Amino acid sequence: MVTLLYFASLRESLSCAREQVPLSSASSTVSNLIEQLRSRGDRWSEAFAPGRNFRVAVNQQMADAATPVKPGDEVAFFPPVTGG
Amino acid sequence: MPIVRVQEADFDVGRELEVLTGGRTDVGALASFVGLVRGANDGRGVSSMTLEHYPGMTEKALDDICREAASRWNVLETLVIHRVGPLKPGDRIVLVGVTSAHRGESFAACEFIMDFLKTRAPFWKKESTPEGERWVDARASDDVAANRWKG
Repeated sequence: MVTLLYFASLRESLSCAREQVPLSSASSTVSNLIEQLRSRGDRWSEAFAPGRNFRVAVNQQMADAATPVKPGDEVAFFPPVTGG
Repeated sequence: MPIVRVQEADFDVGRELEVLTGGRTDVGALASFVGLVRGANDGRGVSSMTLEHYPGMTEKALDDICREAASRWNVLETLVIHRVGPLKPGDRIVLVGVTSAHRGESFAACEFIMDFLKTRAPFWKKESTPEGERWVDARASDDVAANRWKG
């Protein structure tokens, strides 16, 4: 299982702040995880559609599509940041 | 060691900066930046704002940014305090303070920390306007500002 976190506008459009999901394979990447979420359809395929501008962090470090994801990891999805 | 805090409460700029200089005689320069909530953004009035963050990662990202600044410039201390939760126009949002022996280092490092905070630290602003609530979009000009420190 991995813990998924969603922040800001993404959390609102998905109506989900946090969930636990099983990994589809032992050698998963962020890209596989996004595919898994897209396959849920509706707002999920829309939020993670190709070209949508979102960021990913794995274990609180900025990540990209190729970053490996293993059981126990914390993966966060969020829009570009707007602090300061 | 960078001083990094993320908090709902307001901060006293004078008292916080005093921590960087109090009791030392090696500090020749203290540069600081205070960010405030504007009452208008992109042509619309803003009556209030809520700042969200990613507890844990945000503090880590701010700490990394301060360490990166300290590796680029000869600075003595760095400090970042960033507020979250509900804020009103005129409220303080962020304080950055940097000390060094001479002014050049603290000026540059202070600006660097703000530019990287704007593009790397996981904070998100939601504004309340007369037309309703809206999430603030990231600005391309912030990416440009951060990119000029490359190389």
